[in-house]
Amino acid sequence: MTGSDLTSKRLDDAARAEMSGSESLTPLLSVRDLRVSFFLEEGVVRAVDGLSFDVFPGQVLGVVGESGCGKSVAMRAILQLVEPPGRIVSGQILFRPADDTTVDLAQLAPRGAPMRAIRGAQIALIPQEPMAAFSPVHTVGDQIVEAIRLHWRQWRPDGPSLTRADARQITTELFRDVGISMPAERLDAYSWQLSGGLRQRAMIAMALSCKPRLLIADEPTTAIDVTTQAQVLNLVRELQRKYRMSVIFITHDLGVIAQIAREVVVMYLGRVMEQGPVDAIFHGAKHPYTRALLRSIPGLQVTPRVPLPIVTGSIPHPFNRPRGCPFHPRCVEAVAGVCDVRVPALRPVADHQLASCFLYHDVEATS
Amino acid sequence: MTRRAEGHPLDSRSAQAEPLLEVAHLRKFFPVQKGFSRRVVAEVRAVDDVSFEVREGETLGLVGESGCGKTTTARCVLRALTPTSGQILFRTREGAIVDLARLSRRELRPLRPQIQMVFQDPFGSLNPRMTLLDNVGEPLLVNGLRDRRARRDRVAELLRLVGMRPEYMYRFPHAFSGGQRQRIGIARALATEPRLVVADEPVSALDVSVQAQVLNLLLELQQRLRLTYLFVAHDLGVVRHICDRVAVMYVGQLVEMAPAAAVFSRPRHPYTAALMKAVPFPDPRVPSGNVALQGEVPNPANPPSGCYFHPRCPFVVDVCRTDRPELRQVAPGHLARCHRADELMLDGVDPVAMAARP
Repeated sequence: MTGSDLTSKRLDDAARAEMSGSESLTPLLSVRDLRVSFFLEEGVVRAVDGLSFDVFPGQVLGVVGESGCGKSVAMRAILQLVEPPGRIVSGQILFRPADDTTVDLAQLAPRGAPMRAIRGAQIALIPQEPMAAFSPVHTVGDQIVEAIRLHWRQWRPDGPSLTRADARQITTELFRDVGISMPAERLDAYSWQLSGGLRQRAMIAMALSCKPRLLIADEPTTAIDVTTQAQVLNLVRELQRKYRMSVIFITHDLGVIAQIAREVVVMYLGRVMEQGPVDAIFHGAKHPYTRALLRSIPGLQVTPRVPLPIVTGSIPHPFNRPRGCPFHPRCVEAVAGVCDVRVPALRPVADHQLASCFLYHDVEATS
Repeated sequence: MTRRAEGHPLDSRSAQAEPLLEVAHLRKFFPVQKGFSRRVVAEVRAVDDVSFEVREGETLGLVGESGCGKTTTARCVLRALTPTSGQILFRTREGAIVDLARLSRRELRPLRPQIQMVFQDPFGSLNPRMTLLDNVGEPLLVNGLRDRRARRDRVAELLRLVGMRPEYMYRFPHAFSGGQRQRIGIARALATEPRLVVADEPVSALDVSVQAQVLNLLLELQQRLRLTYLFVAHDLGVVRHICDRVAVMYVGQLVEMAPAAAVFSRPRHPYTAALMKAVPFPDPRVPSGNVALQGEVPNPANPPSGCYFHPRCPFVVDVCRTDRPELRQVAPGHLARCHRADELMLDGVDPVAMAARP
């Protein structure tokens, strides 16, 4: 039995679900040993390399990592939106569209009807750049109305279709829900006529239009100002409670993670380095990468203007993936002959907390 | 003095130093044109009566939301834009004080090497068709260093200065990561031995681990080369770490200016306080980032009456709606543009003070 199997077994444990403080014992989404690779002429890029995590109903899971850590690719894989030359190589993405059924999204055809019934309706995405996500030649209202009517037909193939006017009414309500003033007028605006904050709100309204069970927010606040960011974060929190959604919140901003997530996954080069409740990650981080990241946040030093503790080196080029633990070339605690040879598995290091590091478990725990 | 109590390494120096740059009543209006005749129908007051000074060797942070005029101010100082009015007094290496705002392109040429810029986007700001030698060497060539060998030696020296191997100079920018490209951009800015470096969001496009490396480099270079920074940023953690003094802008105006510790621990303008409260603090035990300002930033072509901040201000009183407040001194070295600056007790969020707490 390999280490990742052990991990999955452990994660599946009902006790684990209870420990993480969620309302239900069964996860809404379970990602198991997911691997996504891009097959390029120059070689194979293993963007996601053995990723496992759970999202429980009503939980906000924060996924944090630097650029190139595979966090966005993993989320696109969940929605079956990985485009060639990339594809899901192996692993499972178990999703529960209803309480008694489980589908493995990794087995569904990206363009098939079952996936299209889930994508957008059951699992919705707030993309990173609302400017690029809306079409500039259609009004934002038209784009949301189209989405609602399409999904309405999928839910109720035999029932009466939703009229344009009804869909428009639903959209107006959604705009009011996400705090857009003068919702009826804003429906007829083009995305470029809206400010950054309004555009992001419209995007959130679109994501919520089909009342998804799972919302994936892919760095929804990186392109906007802090004051607008605070509004968007409040909105996500409020709507999460109101609709009892699960949220996967992806960001590279440790401040945002600390404030919005309950459970945190720290990724590096396509793998989970550490995972645990938000307080354990920020106050009892075990993995050297997490600890280094937290130390290098500027402005938190007791004395300003002194050199910050840094993570030496830079993120390796995707074609030059290091052997062994992906972080070992930059790790100050790396053990020669161990970390550069074998890949550590994600194993428990404390209550409810997992890390993939040989400092905490013996060399046998490889994956 | 609070700043000395922190053991500030630059304290004694910057307090005595003379101003290197003095900006007085700077205005930059952009016309809004309409119709076939391009008739001017309105003006966007991007920068409206901004005054500040930057002392030699210090770092002044310019913060604010997008559209507040911080980048326009920086571009006026560089004279990439011609100001509508006001003075930009710069003390040259020879000790003469010149007003950059009034100089012609030709008169500016000999001064340009002394003021250089580091750009935000490390991917867009380097020419992808030029090797590092040509990218970094271009300002040297423009400024008359025609001997190729001398230029190569100088580029090698500059690359070493920013912590890169000189052998890399024959490679092209695409071969480097974001952090390395930002180092190259810094090397290029330093090629002409500038005294004032205008850095427009130099680390906001970088990852957390790389951001710390570049900030360390900027601090180290400042000490070694006695550089003065005008640091435009929106990340308040970065500003707290690197800046001696902070100037906060809102709709084209300065609303507050003070030493960094004072701004963060006891802001005097409600906007500054709101800005700091909006920043999510990287500690789940410190609830933050949940106090959002209501409303939107006003249109600078049509600003509100009275105080520009009054429609969003939680402390608004009648006088705020009618009278425009002046930027005035509310404590030694602490300027604020608020009618109620003396009576309001605003809470700051000082990450440094929180880090020092047990």
